[in-house]
Amino acid sequence: MGKTPSKLILAGCLALTACFAGKAFAADKKWGQYQVEDRRSGYTFAAPETRAMQDDNFQNPGMLWAEIGEELWEKTEGEAGKACASCHNGPETMKGVAVSYPKYVAEKKNLENLEQRINRCRTDNMKAKPWKYESKELLGMTVFVRNQSLGMPMNVKVDGEYAPFFEKGKAFYEQRRGQLDLACKHCHEDFEGGQLRANILSQGQGNGFPVYRLKWSGVGSLHRRFRGCNKQVRSKPYGYGSDEYLALELYVMWRGRGLPVETPAVRN
Amino acid sequence: MKMTTPIVAAMVFGASMALTATFSGPAQAGEPVELAAMTEMAKPLTDQAGDPATGKKVFSNRKLGNCLACHSLQAMKEQPFHGEVAPPLDGVASRYSIAELRLRVANPKAINPETQMPAYFRKDGLHRVMDKFKDKTILTAQQVEDLVAYLGTLKEE
Repeated sequence: MGKTPSKLILAGCLALTACFAGKAFAADKKWGQYQVEDRRSGYTFAAPETRAMQDDNFQNPGMLWAEIGEELWEKTEGEAGKACASCHNGPETMKGVAVSYPKYVAEKKNLENLEQRINRCRTDNMKAKPWKYESKELLGMTVFVRNQSLGMPMNVKVDGEYAPFFEKGKAFYEQRRGQLDLACKHCHEDFEGGQLRANILSQGQGNGFPVYRLKWSGVGSLHRRFRGCNKQVRSKPYGYGSDEYLALELYVMWRGRGLPVETPAVRN
Repeated sequence: MKMTTPIVAAMVFGASMALTATFSGPAQAGEPVELAAMTEMAKPLTDQAGDPATGKKVFSNRKLGNCLACHSLQAMKEQPFHGEVAPPLDGVASRYSIAELRLRVANPKAINPETQMPAYFRKDGLHRVMDKFKDKTILTAQQVEDLVAYLGTLKEE
């Protein structure tokens, strides 16, 4: 006699279990660097063609902004007669800088994001005018500097002097707002991965910003995205670079701790 | 405005429910269990009966109900992209009465303070509303009635 039916069933069950276990493992690993524990980059929620656009530097329209930044890096401006390159040498010296922003600045007793750090360099060291938020110059330089840390894990500080800002950012994230009475967490935590009309809700991670957004046909900052989200729930947005958004930026970057810098990411 | 009265009541009940849930913990044996203080809104918000045809437009209009943002509905499958973060609304009128549906539209937070669903007829207790929507409800009283009338047609087949 050959195998008894019960042995066959057992073998079948084992094979099935192995198959499921293998599949689960594959799903965990599927996103590579774009997933850290349960934290998933917006990349993992994007359509395949959007991801392909980001993956190829020649196709990624955000790289045009990086090129703007690259040119400005060498450009002498301001009364001190300096360019970024005068003090920092090559842009490769910026490698690893982006992962820890926003940062606490003791003399300001406040957080500062990368956009503001770039402008402080301009006003204090170059004696040049600050660039406007969302100008192609400031976006370009921010994209260029962040891009030097491409693939490096995000790692903002949240203890010590950062703690009150972190708490403020978390409170913002959880506060219902606007006529639609929704908090950030309602969409980006509770409904993460869910379909909201034509869109898939992501975790609202900040690691790819400034991003090239197809809807914008251009690159925009994280604060621009915050403003858009706030307006969508019919809430009065805060200003670019406002204390509220700086605290929120810290909290959002902490939510994405360990995710890679993707600037300029491509999103829909 | 007489129409706001049920809303105020709903909010007060909603708040008391939240407190009960937060501070008293799970009900103990022998302790009287407070059932949902408010489950329905029997009184219409207007004297004019709701019109289901208008309500259907309120349902799908993205600037009004925008119900398909979160819910799906087979009866509207001609519209692309239905949301799936909230329960499907097929047959909803077989599960809830008109009075229950009215409260769920006007102020679902009276039933579940933690719900993500906006209250379509409430203007108090909101944070940082944009100026152009300030002191306004998402829908007018009549739009709520029309929408509820439309929902009332969604019976299980």
